[in-house]
Amino acid sequence: MDFVLGLRCRECARSYPAEALHVCEFCFGPLEVAYDQEALHATVTRERIEAGPPNMWRYADLLPVSPDSPVDLGAGFTPLIRADRLADELGLGEVWVKDDTRNPTGSFKDRVVAVALTKARELGFKIAACASTGNLANSVAAHAARAGMESFVFVPHDLEAVKLLTTAVFGGHLIAVDGSYDDVNRLCAELTSEFPSWAFVNVNVRPYYAEGSKTLAFEVAEQLGWQLPDHVVVPIASGSQLTKIDKGFRELVSLGLVDDAEVRISGAQAEGCSPVATAFAEGSDHVRPVKPSTIAKSLAIGNPADGFYALEVVRRTGGSIGAVTDDEIVAGIQLLARTEGIFAETAGGVTIATLAKLAASGVVRSDERVVVYVTGNGLKTVEALEGRIGPSATIPPTLEAVASLIDADGNARKENR
Amino acid sequence: MSITVRIPTQLRSLTSGAGEVTVEASDVRGAIDALEAAHPGMEARLLDEQGTLRRFVNVFVADEDVRFLDGLGTPLTDGTTVSIVPAVAGG
Repeated sequence: MDFVLGLRCRECARSYPAEALHVCEFCFGPLEVAYDQEALHATVTRERIEAGPPNMWRYADLLPVSPDSPVDLGAGFTPLIRADRLADELGLGEVWVKDDTRNPTGSFKDRVVAVALTKARELGFKIAACASTGNLANSVAAHAARAGMESFVFVPHDLEAVKLLTTAVFGGHLIAVDGSYDDVNRLCAELTSEFPSWAFVNVNVRPYYAEGSKTLAFEVAEQLGWQLPDHVVVPIASGSQLTKIDKGFRELVSLGLVDDAEVRISGAQAEGCSPVATAFAEGSDHVRPVKPSTIAKSLAIGNPADGFYALEVVRRTGGSIGAVTDDEIVAGIQLLARTEGIFAETAGGVTIATLAKLAASGVVRSDERVVVYVTGNGLKTVEALEGRIGPSATIPPTLEAVASLIDADGNARKENR
Repeated sequence: MSITVRIPTQLRSLTSGAGEVTVEASDVRGAIDALEAAHPGMEARLLDEQGTLRRFVNVFVADEDVRFLDGLGTPLTDGTTVSIVPAVAGG
């Protein structure tokens, strides 16, 4: 069983049944899952969670699905890695990387899709669909295959080649749309009205889908020994992940699983698509849509659905939102790889580069315990590195050639480093 | 000007279930007025008290968000399709 009472409009609090509905019929506000808080309080304990499986389903009580037959590829409970070398470079004290590159299809999207398709199957859907900037495409295609569901995945035509191949391999329908992600999203929002037999994970089952991101907060708190971090840095595309990480921390507090403390939440965007960062900098609560142009394609949402709420969270918690250039994104990917051995996709480069910026400006402080969310695997976006990095040298297979690169002590000669 | 307006599921209770209706209008504001006249209740669902588009409503003219055009003043030409789409989707 689950603890779901139904859906509730975040804006006007109207109630709806726990079906495939995502916006309020009256004010168009987003619907959110409402839980039986009393029953959760009586049931959920640290011990109960710790006795669960080593994946996201250990938090099943706090998710809007019955855990009995999840659509599961093993998402979640990814490593939280102490990043001292990264911290040293940035002049920070205690930094941790939540390494969500280690999910079944290489991004945090496996968390949200696992919840969405479990719920979709409960509701009797046979077809999974989505609008995607790439990572979601991978995950929906894979989880649909696992669940024996048909899939229709809609993506912008100019995605990274790897993301197209690693979606198509799962055998669903991959539809490349001649337009931006925002065009794809508009199309899918309209299709939802025309094809009610499709479970669009990020449209009509979005209230359930989005809840999956709370596990990013639950895991960090548990992995820190049931303590909240002081400050987290999270990438912003639609803004959903950031708002759900905040919600996850607050749920742990309200259930008494961690001591109450404010977690500062900061957001990261690419300059080529920074509508939320711009609104933050201007002190506005109106997120003006933009036409994206950035190598961080997984974050290239010009009209973010939860931008408004992400702003609200960042302001309430005393965080900030940074924006970084394409060159800084690549430098961020390299910095994380060079210091910690973790290879992130461009979105991770955005997050690391933003962390660096916020550290330099004193927003992220050296006395804080900081967690940075790295949410996608670098192998998905190798194009971003092409022409920028490569072999240190290309040589014939001779000792002399190596000797020209290495000194007598076995160290690389300085000019070849 | 004859304009086709695509209606999302959430508003179809006002159009007797129709997913598409035709109105006469020369700009987006005029199209909303015409919708209200034919399907009372529509305007309050689309516009806030200040008469601007609600935060969570997107309107597209020929697949372009009117916020990139002239908002409610965006002109419409004969045969144009206007889509009303809930903003909360995707990501």
